[in-house]
Amino acid sequence: MSGVGYVAVGAQVVVVVGGAPVLGGWMRQVRARLEGRAGAGVGQPWRDVRKLLRKEAVTPVGTGPAFRLAPLLLVATTAVVAALMPLASTRTPVSGSADLILVVALLALGTVALALAGLDTGTAFGGMGASREMTIAALVEPTILLAVFAVSIPVGSTNLAAIIAGTIHHPARPASPAGLLAVAALAVAVLAEAGRIPVDNPATHLELTMVHEAMVLEYAGPDLALVELGSQMRLAVLLGLLGSLAAPWGTATGGSLPLLGLALVLLVVKTALLGTLLAAAEVFWAKVRLFKVPELLAGSFLLALLAVVASYFLTGEAVR
Amino acid sequence: MTSGAYTQLLDLACGVLLLCAVVVLWQRELAVLVRVLAVQGAALAAIAAVLGVHERRWGLLVVAAGVGVLRAGVLPYLLRRALGARTGGAADPPPPAAYRSPYREDVSEARETRPVVNVAASLVTAALLTLLAYAAARPLVALHPTPATRALPVGLAVVLVGFFVLVARRRAIAQVVGFLTLDNGITATAFLAASGVPPIVELGVSFDVLLAVLVLHVLTTRMRAAFGGTDLDDLRELSDR
Repeated sequence: MSGVGYVAVGAQVVVVVGGAPVLGGWMRQVRARLEGRAGAGVGQPWRDVRKLLRKEAVTPVGTGPAFRLAPLLLVATTAVVAALMPLASTRTPVSGSADLILVVALLALGTVALALAGLDTGTAFGGMGASREMTIAALVEPTILLAVFAVSIPVGSTNLAAIIAGTIHHPARPASPAGLLAVAALAVAVLAEAGRIPVDNPATHLELTMVHEAMVLEYAGPDLALVELGSQMRLAVLLGLLGSLAAPWGTATGGSLPLLGLALVLLVVKTALLGTLLAAAEVFWAKVRLFKVPELLAGSFLLALLAVVASYFLTGEAVR
Repeated sequence: MTSGAYTQLLDLACGVLLLCAVVVLWQRELAVLVRVLAVQGAALAAIAAVLGVHERRWGLLVVAAGVGVLRAGVLPYLLRRALGARTGGAADPPPPAAYRSPYREDVSEARETRPVVNVAASLVTAALLTLLAYAAARPLVALHPTPATRALPVGLAVVLVGFFVLVARRRAIAQVVGFLTLDNGITATAFLAASGVPPIVELGVSFDVLLAVLVLHVLTTRMRAAFGGTDLDDLRELSDR
């Protein structure tokens, strides 16, 4: 069992690290096709990473350790999250520490590291991007935590593995009002946290609108490759989290290798499906103005709160 | 109907009811508000129908049908007409037309452009009101905890959110939507707490609401004819003279 558990953890990290750029490329490709362009191909992000890694590392004059450490910290925290989360199997050696609050904290650590790096460059864009990113992050955190509480109330634990195993045993749980509201709130929070279109446009370099791109404007060469890999991994991990909370079926609860293989395939399929949906939706959506982002996030916060409240006063599961 | 399916359906209908009240606060587009109100009316009818089937009270099913026709059909239709009246057309949802012809039409009439309380703050207020409703309804739920009474805070929360819409919105149509949300909340509370009031009382209340909306419809049309808009703040200025 524990041998398979270690294999599961290793496989999750490999799939997330190797698959995140492919997911990014796939989403760009879907978007390009829907917009009537040929697209650069699914492998383009990997080709970009290879090109950037071959370049010489350059750092701007006057930047300190915050700038140099941020890409490493971003990739490292996301890789730890990928190892912790029960994406493929709920019975891994680390599943006891797969607490949702810890996962959210690790993701926030990566965000903060990048924001500090943006401030460290001392440029106008870096500071602007960092300030915007922190504004959004401060509004997203409570939403994510409340949505997490809503899904953890029926289980009585914030441990992700316990939540997912509990949902597999009670298949009606995600269809309850609380579950649906929590997943809806989490979906908006994931969009904001991953910097996707209603909140931030990952494809733009327009001064007035960029958030994430403004922070990482000064990066070049291998550091830029790490930053891009890190943000793609974040998207993959967040979509995987959303997929496994909304539809956990297929996640291995036992300890056999074939089941694990099946779970990995299902994970890839689920994440690719969510990515396709997101990419297709992005074609039709417009980025909202920065000052309307709090409105969107207040709405998702309210949905999360209603999810918590609903799990108390509907069903009465928590009252019992 | 099994007890599990009954609870699930009741919870789902209550969830939709509350969600619609929240969306009324979230959206600025008046045509969307009217559509959301229709969905809320349908959810209210569903609550009555589920209760009626569960308790085998067929009179309640008749009430549910009446509530559904009135609140998901007639009232939204009347509001849509009130919205459409200014374009000269009948029941067409006006906003697309309004956007396409900004020269003939005052576009701001199709939206709640500057609510008294901004949208983000009203959403947070709605969250607080929901918590207040939960706290207030706890002793009531403790009296007789069944799935229906447990959902009682939903009705109270919809009442409070309806009040808040009445206070925080300027457009006459938005205020009518708030009034109807309030009334939906009261009816939902009655259904959940006491499985509905006697049909004759329900009939009276329904006609009352219908009459109120008709009067408000006429009033809105007159206001628009007199002042060219339905911003109720203008009325306050008028009374000072």
